[in-house]
Amino acid sequence: MCEAAGDDGGCGADVGPARRRRGAGRSYPRTCMKCGQGSAALVIRVGDPFCRNCFREYFMHKFRAMLGKNRIIFPGEKVLLALSGGPVSSAMLRQVQEGLSRETAKKLRFIPSVVYVDEGAVRGQSLAQREQSLARMETLLQATGFPYYLMHLEQALELPASILRPGPVTSSEPGLSYKEAVEGFIQQQRQKGNGDKDSGTSLPGPGSGDSAEGPLAASRLPAAALTQELLKLFEAVETPTAKEELLQMLRIHLILQTARTKGYTKVMTGESCTRVAIKLLTNLALGRGAFLAIDTGFKDNRHGDVMVVRPMREYMAKEIAFYNHFFDVPTVIAPPLPTKRRDKPSIHRVVERFLLGLQEDFPSTISTIYRTGEKLSSDRAKATCESQRCLLCLCALDLDGEEELALEPTLIMDELELERNGCCQDPPAAGAERKSAYIPLLCYSCRLTFKELGPVTTLPPYVRAEAQRRIH
Amino acid sequence: MPPPRCLHCSRPPALLRPRCGSPLCRGCFVRRFEAEALRSLAPGSRPPAPGPGATVAVAASGGKDSTVLSHLLQRFAPRLGWRLALVSVDEGIAGYREAALAAVRRGRGSPPLLVLSHRELFGWSVDELGPALGPGSRCTFCGVMRRQALERAARLLAADWIATGHNADDIAETVLMNFLRGDVARLRRTATEATGGTGDPTGTSRAVPRCKPLRHAYEKEIVLYAYFQGLEYVSTECVYAPQAFRGHARALLKELEAARAPAVAALGHSSRRLRVGAEGGGRVLGACRRCGFAASRELCKACVLLAALERGRPKVGLGKRALEG
Repeated sequence: MCEAAGDDGGCGADVGPARRRRGAGRSYPRTCMKCGQGSAALVIRVGDPFCRNCFREYFMHKFRAMLGKNRIIFPGEKVLLALSGGPVSSAMLRQVQEGLSRETAKKLRFIPSVVYVDEGAVRGQSLAQREQSLARMETLLQATGFPYYLMHLEQALELPASILRPGPVTSSEPGLSYKEAVEGFIQQQRQKGNGDKDSGTSLPGPGSGDSAEGPLAASRLPAAALTQELLKLFEAVETPTAKEELLQMLRIHLILQTARTKGYTKVMTGESCTRVAIKLLTNLALGRGAFLAIDTGFKDNRHGDVMVVRPMREYMAKEIAFYNHFFDVPTVIAPPLPTKRRDKPSIHRVVERFLLGLQEDFPSTISTIYRTGEKLSSDRAKATCESQRCLLCLCALDLDGEEELALEPTLIMDELELERNGCCQDPPAAGAERKSAYIPLLCYSCRLTFKELGPVTTLPPYVRAEAQRRIH
Repeated sequence: MPPPRCLHCSRPPALLRPRCGSPLCRGCFVRRFEAEALRSLAPGSRPPAPGPGATVAVAASGGKDSTVLSHLLQRFAPRLGWRLALVSVDEGIAGYREAALAAVRRGRGSPPLLVLSHRELFGWSVDELGPALGPGSRCTFCGVMRRQALERAARLLAADWIATGHNADDIAETVLMNFLRGDVARLRRTATEATGGTGDPTGTSRAVPRCKPLRHAYEKEIVLYAYFQGLEYVSTECVYAPQAFRGHARALLKELEAARAPAVAALGHSSRRLRVGAEGGGRVLGACRRCGFAASRELCKACVLLAALERGRPKVGLGKRALEG
């Protein structure tokens, strides 16, 4: 915000938000800045009025430009859309639908499917509420006509240890540049049949959810015992911050495993510009300064065979909200993670509240942070070999060369020492690994989170299995 | 569960250390705190610290950080083989600096004390900037000039190093502030400096190197240490502080610390490991055309600001494309 102030480059709040202080009764319809004809339906960015149609064009163009600029999604590629039911991922789904339905050469060319993870158990929803959300989601997904997978967070407890290892990077046509791939694809389409408008990306008809290789029918929730285990894991976590991190980790691992086993090479997630800015500051406060670019950038290739892509990262939350409202994009909102009254807020919550509040007074806050994030690079965030790779987040360990004092917050006092001081009432169970054995396998921020997770016995089996393998 | 006991001696604890949650009694805390400060100055530490035989100018403002710093360094100086001198800068802010300077004078101990004022060095005290700047904030002027004042003092004292009392909270606030402002250049500099790289390939640095012995100490612990040791300091807030941008970053930091205490240390870690892209590459420090002190362009920022003030257009000095003398 100080940069944007230009000549007034001082640090003070002397540049009041004068633009916003319009007197009451002075509001008048403005003309759209793009077509100059329609009356403006909304004002985006700092002060640009758009009419409904131009806004729609702008919104759709942005999505296409984002994919086109990065040239990462190859034609005919199988892409898995991660739908949370929230506004951003729902808008993303709508963009994909719109993009595929166009009959011009600018049609989007990849093959989408959708995955939805039901997190109702940890979000405090009752069984009935979960069933209801799932039913609504299934209706929504069937209407799209794309293959879909309905998953439950409980299934994360059944993941294999291999999900914590990056897969081999293979491209179906090695050595083919993006341009060549697109040209080749267009050729292929022409040869397949001229009259066939929907060739190539032939989508299955509606109701394809039944024929998709999804594991469970929507109305069947997982076994109660599995739900209990998941709840036990979350309840053992000591801080809300660690809970959020754990949830994100389990979710992304589950989605990636689905992608990996069903042959998807890309996963698209719905993170808006607002969310990216919040994530940048949050991750800074978590100690993930070394990984900001890979955590928030357009592409995230730490898993090797499956790449995570974030096409919505230039949309402000306001744009998404208006788009969804104007064009009736359906959403299924889930409640946030429940916290007890005596709990302190999570870092994620604190940063979100702060930024949204600051944005009110200084409308360029979010975009400034976003732009700062853009200047960060992701080189050296990916690990080169297993011994340098974090067990949980798969990034390169960021601790070499740090002073002892700097590393102190990441260490766990030996359980034995605790016993001697009479602090610890229950000695560690015989045969179970010590928490401290995990520490050398983790990066700085994962160490902090790990310290706040419950005892080793509550951890998901795949994490323990992989840790065991790497410790010995 | 029985009440916690001090980690080392089983007495009732006086605090839980914010960085790692360990309980410590008063005596053990004081010992640990001092031991850690000493360790951060050990030879071979990252970033490098002054070696034996060095002359170190300690920046003393009379506030809690520099009071604790000067107390600690006076205790360690014989062990480390350093020669100490105290430096105080009077920015000319009424109601703020005088009491602090008085405290410095009272508690100084044996090293020589040098007091420089903005008015003497530059011809403008921060208060006098008011009519010229209007409602704008003065932090840039105050900070840039103070930095150069410290530099000049170090030269006058023939010091090899300047020691400042920046604590973990300061460093955390700085990285938040730079991110909020989009100041990529400073973010890059903090990351390279922390690993000891000065970005100065020729080795003929024109700026006296700095060290921050308290960089890992939380503000809370510094206050507690000063209290336990009965150190006298002044804790008035600067009169202009409410207008400062740093206030936003500080508010956020306090909330983050309340939510998760290790966040302060984590921010420090993040700032050291930030990977800033190469475009807009860093500049090598040269010499200012006008005053000879360190500058990354033709003129150092202090000269740019002063030139702008003298021409009666102070705000131009603050902008990106400032007057070039």
